[in-house]
Amino acid sequence: MQPLLIKTFTTTTALGRGLTDTLNALRAQRSGLHAHSWETVDLSTCLGEVEGLDAVTLRADMQAFDCRNNRLAQLALEQDGFMQSVQTAAERYGRQRIGVFLGSSTSGILSSEQAYRQRDPVTGVLPASHSYRHTHNMFSVADFVRHYADLQGPAYVVSTACSSSAKVFGIAQRMIGCGLIDAAVVGGVDSLCLTTLYGFNSLQLVSSRPCMPFDAQRDGISIGEGAAFILLERANQVLAGDLVLSGVGESSDAHHMSSPHPEGRGARLAMQAALDMVGLQPQSIGYINLHGTATPSNDAAEDVGVTAVFGTSTPCSSTKGHTGHTLGAAGAVEAVICALALRHDFLPGGVGTRTPDPRLHCNYLLTNQEQAITHALSNSFGFGGSNCSLLFSRKRA
Amino acid sequence: MTALQVFVDGIGLYAPGFDGWAHARAVLAAPQTYRATPLELPSIDSLPAAERRRLGMAVKLAMSVAYDAAKQSSSDLQNVGTVFSSSAGDGDNCHQIMEALASTDRAISPTRFHNSVHNAAAGYWGIATGSQQPSISLSAHDAGFGAALLEATSQIHSNAQPCLMVTFDTPYPAPLRTLSNTTHAFGVALLLTPRRSASTLCGLTLSLTQTSFHTMPTPELEAMRSNVPAARALPLLAALAVPQPRTLVIEYLHELNLSITLQP
Repeated sequence: MQPLLIKTFTTTTALGRGLTDTLNALRAQRSGLHAHSWETVDLSTCLGEVEGLDAVTLRADMQAFDCRNNRLAQLALEQDGFMQSVQTAAERYGRQRIGVFLGSSTSGILSSEQAYRQRDPVTGVLPASHSYRHTHNMFSVADFVRHYADLQGPAYVVSTACSSSAKVFGIAQRMIGCGLIDAAVVGGVDSLCLTTLYGFNSLQLVSSRPCMPFDAQRDGISIGEGAAFILLERANQVLAGDLVLSGVGESSDAHHMSSPHPEGRGARLAMQAALDMVGLQPQSIGYINLHGTATPSNDAAEDVGVTAVFGTSTPCSSTKGHTGHTLGAAGAVEAVICALALRHDFLPGGVGTRTPDPRLHCNYLLTNQEQAITHALSNSFGFGGSNCSLLFSRKRA
Repeated sequence: MTALQVFVDGIGLYAPGFDGWAHARAVLAAPQTYRATPLELPSIDSLPAAERRRLGMAVKLAMSVAYDAAKQSSSDLQNVGTVFSSSAGDGDNCHQIMEALASTDRAISPTRFHNSVHNAAAGYWGIATGSQQPSISLSAHDAGFGAALLEATSQIHSNAQPCLMVTFDTPYPAPLRTLSNTTHAFGVALLLTPRRSASTLCGLTLSLTQTSFHTMPTPELEAMRSNVPAARALPLLAALAVPQPRTLVIEYLHELNLSITLQP
């Protein structure tokens, strides 16, 4: 497959709005996770909340889409000149030649959760103000972004749990590759909701502390929220300094609905497939952004998979200690973190981890490293055994 | 306009009045014979009993059409990628979670939570078949059939492997039922391949178009087509029931439809 150019990208998470806030937090190894109350949640947990979402007002013509998830989408779209770049691309390629492919695990389900608390006590009907289609339905965020940016190409949402917004990169690569479109807005948006907080809690996968990926004492995830958008374009030529999406590897575990294969079987296949697409050897990869959720079994399975493919020397870290697990947005958020690492010649050390688990063998970074690398890999693995590894590269002079 | 060719090697279809492709094919060839009988699904014997007990109606529907399409083809499922597409996934399961979260104790069972992921059907399919091929799960609200067909076609043109695409929708229970667009269940699967083979039923050439879409000839079937997202496949399924060299247009997004030319 041909590489795709990455000229413009942005992310908004608990680390802040846009790339400058994100880069500053990564450089300072600052976590956005805090124990504080949110909505009506009565669980003992830390959250990676995006500040100020309640105060975001959707653009006047987009009011029907109002919900926490689409507010987060709009807030993120308006950072780093992303919307201007999309409009420039629309003028260059035509609005019908730009696709919108976004990942989400729960869309705007919070709106239905709240509406169910306001059902008519006699008839059981939901409040008339609740617009299922524009909020809760899984397509909502792609519908919102397509209209917000006035794009007219193909669009859909990928929802494969925590690999959702990694897999959208593969769609763009295929659709551009076979000539259906010339560019795509890809990314992911997932926002806090009760379904994931109480759901992961039911599986006893939520930590009461800020999560500790790859730590000997790790005991679960911290849920975060976030959005990331990347404009991918057909690469007619790649110049020195350019960032590209070079490889995408996908696989299924075919093992269990909510536990990874203990030997990282599907994870290995996905990482190897990403390398094979580009024809790269494992030692060419300068940094791996791990899925690294901080549950005991996920990190152990990923470690087996990573060391089987890469050995034990490739620098790795999870940035979920910074952002929390942004679930369906994690693939895109971490793609942006890989792009920042490639652009700014540094590898982010994990935060939250004190004592790396001696039973895990990958080269887990606890501090930032100043280092120029050419290729970075990002892992995303989800419920249902859905795996995706993305390979990003910087053309060196 | 880019046009991409794929080949249909198998078709699965269950909905009220459509009891598998062999039955549905005869009905669609004579649309006035359609009768909306209750939906009946075969049992899914390939899953371990423990997993089978956890399946909701939506996942059963997806797996039923997937198996029907797959068994008409000579493709080895270990080499077949999958595309699952649904507007809302398992609406019954979602409703149960919404009710629990609106109650005082908010307890959700772990099974209910892992079944709530939009890719639950894909996960169970992987467990049942043992296939580690890539699988993607999509939603495009009421445009899910077109989305899945585009995705499957672009996959086949990228990796030259067969792809099983499954679009399924089931209605929510009240109170979400009245707010969503799905009035009843409809599941369709197409086993698509990159090359014509002995098991090929028909070739299809796809392109994006702004031309207006085709509808169904009887009021009952047109109501189904326009009320259930997955049933937007009906004009194509009716054409595949009696394959002729012709071009039809399937409704996808607003002012963006799919033109499909059949090569029997």
